[in-house]
Amino acid sequence: MTTVPTVREVPIRAEIGIVQVRQAVREVAVSVGFSLVDQTKLVTAASELARNTLKHGGGGVAEIELEQRVGSTALRLRFHDKGPGIGDVELALRDGYSSAGGLGLGLSGARRLADEFDLETARGEGTTVTVTFVAAGPAAR
Amino acid sequence: MSATSVIELDGVLLVTIQGELTDHDAIALQQDLTTQVAERGARGVLINISALEIVDSFLARTLHEIAGVTSLLAAETVVVGMRPEVAITLVELGLTLNGLRTALSVSDGLSMFGGASIARRAEGA
Repeated sequence: MTTVPTVREVPIRAEIGIVQVRQAVREVAVSVGFSLVDQTKLVTAASELARNTLKHGGGGVAEIELEQRVGSTALRLRFHDKGPGIGDVELALRDGYSSAGGLGLGLSGARRLADEFDLETARGEGTTVTVTFVAAGPAAR
Repeated sequence: MSATSVIELDGVLLVTIQGELTDHDAIALQQDLTTQVAERGARGVLINISALEIVDSFLARTLHEIAGVTSLLAAETVVVGMRPEVAITLVELGLTLNGLRTALSVSDGLSMFGGASIARRAEGA
């Protein structure tokens, strides 16, 4: 199992950063052969999480990594901010809960779209959300 | 707002989203359409999203709100051309957008506003 260190790093400091994250994620997803449906899920999850990083975390950075697994490739997105952190993680992950007046589907929706999900947060120190998507083996298409 | 175009056809605003929208663009589109519906007395709004590779929860909510607002102004909104992979992703995200009218193509959408003549003219437009 080899993890290629960060392939791309995209700063999220303003709304345009959300668009740039979407574009970077799509490019990497296409380059490693994700299906069209999986690309769409990846980019949508990236958009939700990038918006959270901007709106709740006060900005941060998105890192895109690739990991070669046996018979498959995993694409990992890590969103990191140094914002206020999430007080109640269980509540934040609940469908429909929003602290910013949104639909409250960003975090819970991204978790549903991803194959693997991880959230680390500490009050006053920031939040890191990691989602991983696994593409079928290279011979799959 | 360079990423969208709006033309009027027999009282229907034909909106084509041509590229990536920032959240700000989406809000600006909502305000612009609301104003135009009122000023022109439009009876319908047809939003073509076939160019969009993704629709996330923010844009989905905005589309839903546009439909709600135009409905209060006596104009019906129909969203057309959603890509299949976008539909799959939205449902998995938890967004079924209840009450939002959709059609597969622009001409199908236009026929919801009354007849084939307008649809024929749109294809020539």
